[in-house]
Amino acid sequence: MRFAPGLCALAALALLAPVPQALGQAKPGAPKAPPAVADKDAVTAEFEKFRAVLEDANPAELFEARGEELWKTRRGPNNASLERCDLGLGPGVVKGAYVQLPRYFADVDKVMDAERRIVHCMTTLQGFKLEELAKRPFSTDTATPEPVSLVTFVAGQSRGMKIAVPQKHPKERETYEIGREIFFYRAGAYDFSCASCHGEDGKRIRTQQLPNYTKPDQAIRAYQGWPGYRMTGGLMHTLQWRLWDCFRQQRFPEPGYVSDTGTALLTYLGVNANGHVYKGPGIKR
Amino acid sequence: MKRFTASILGVATLAGVAAVLAQSADPRSEAVATLKRDFKPRGIAGTDRLVEDGVQAVCNRTGDKPPKEIALRLEQDQLAAIKYPADGKLMGDWKAGERIAQDGRGMTWSDRAGAPGGGSCYNCHQIGPNETSFGTIGPSLYQFGKLRGYGPDVQRYAYGKIYNAKAFSLCSQMPRFGPLGALTEQQIIDLVALLMDPASPVNR
Repeated sequence: MRFAPGLCALAALALLAPVPQALGQAKPGAPKAPPAVADKDAVTAEFEKFRAVLEDANPAELFEARGEELWKTRRGPNNASLERCDLGLGPGVVKGAYVQLPRYFADVDKVMDAERRIVHCMTTLQGFKLEELAKRPFSTDTATPEPVSLVTFVAGQSRGMKIAVPQKHPKERETYEIGREIFFYRAGAYDFSCASCHGEDGKRIRTQQLPNYTKPDQAIRAYQGWPGYRMTGGLMHTLQWRLWDCFRQQRFPEPGYVSDTGTALLTYLGVNANGHVYKGPGIKR
Repeated sequence: MKRFTASILGVATLAGVAAVLAQSADPRSEAVATLKRDFKPRGIAGTDRLVEDGVQAVCNRTGDKPPKEIALRLEQDQLAAIKYPADGKLMGDWKAGERIAQDGRGMTWSDRAGAPGGGSCYNCHQIGPNETSFGTIGPSLYQFGKLRGYGPDVQRYAYGKIYNAKAFSLCSQMPRFGPLGALTEQQIIDLVALLMDPASPVNR
């Protein structure tokens, strides 16, 4: 599922490329002062402009449409649709569900995040096998997995709503605490935790700005734009992929697909972001 | 009466302790158990990486702010373990150092075993004036030698810091490249040259 907007994004990036070089060119005779941090923010501002242009014809919407079709179609060994899937607001209720996940589900006595719950419905209602879905869970050049489109559809049904991840059930509160511990847990080859990159204000890796997820006004940025159409590679990705690739760069081993670790971290991030408006599936660098 | 009150208090305290013990394990233990359950080895990244070593454990339990005496003691241990080049030569080739500083590969599950990795230096530090895509998690190293002097003591400091930053600041966010084997001795002296050679763009 590759299409023109992907090419547009690449073209936009190509146009952008000269900007950092231009910033690096010192005037002849001028002292070779290194560029100020403010210049890098100008680069980020350029990215934001391109994002704004692309959002007028957001490629994520195509995945929303595909996800909606998948949701309503009878499929799988049980020849069932997902219209009886309970995302926390009752069977079949999709509107507003995404911004209230992760949450506790009595039927499994567990806290589940959006993708995990959708996959749970695909296995219980439609008869798909988790092991099969977990084999190739992320988008590639040749395929966008069905859960990715389904999550994008479900997320789109919470566009413009406030994040309201519940903390009423003891297991929801426990999951938040576990997520917080995982967020700050330094280990692995490089001694990194999530907080190594996302625990301070105003930091960057290369030119990539790093939100401080311990603060509510920045924690929303963990949700904003996800699921997202990534200009790098032109692929649609969910937060499951985002966490997975963060762990890779954290030099950790590989997390299992739709695991407790992911649910715990998404609970920590979601609760921190509570009260902030979610703008729906978006575009990422 | 006093004794009676005291024993009541004692019972109440015991009940409180029992109530705490009856609750589920503490979130840290739960978090570690969760990670061990969920993660699988892939490529060069084994699940042994989920287990804290001594330095990580101290930093994790103190929010990266260990008591001074403990930090000092552990820093001294790490300092004593730094392996300096046998021939005493600490300055390599700054051009090679620049390439190593640019290279962000190494130690992920998608990196090959034994492949020489980079230092990922620009991910966090401003270094040479021609690279404008630099991170800000670490301090700027621009004009490193020019500001500190080009003497052997500063060379030795630079080598030690790249080899193991935790010998100087126990809970530094910088990886321990030397003990980890993520950078070779030659790579480290090339990076020292990038920072310390008067001809390096860093100092011009």
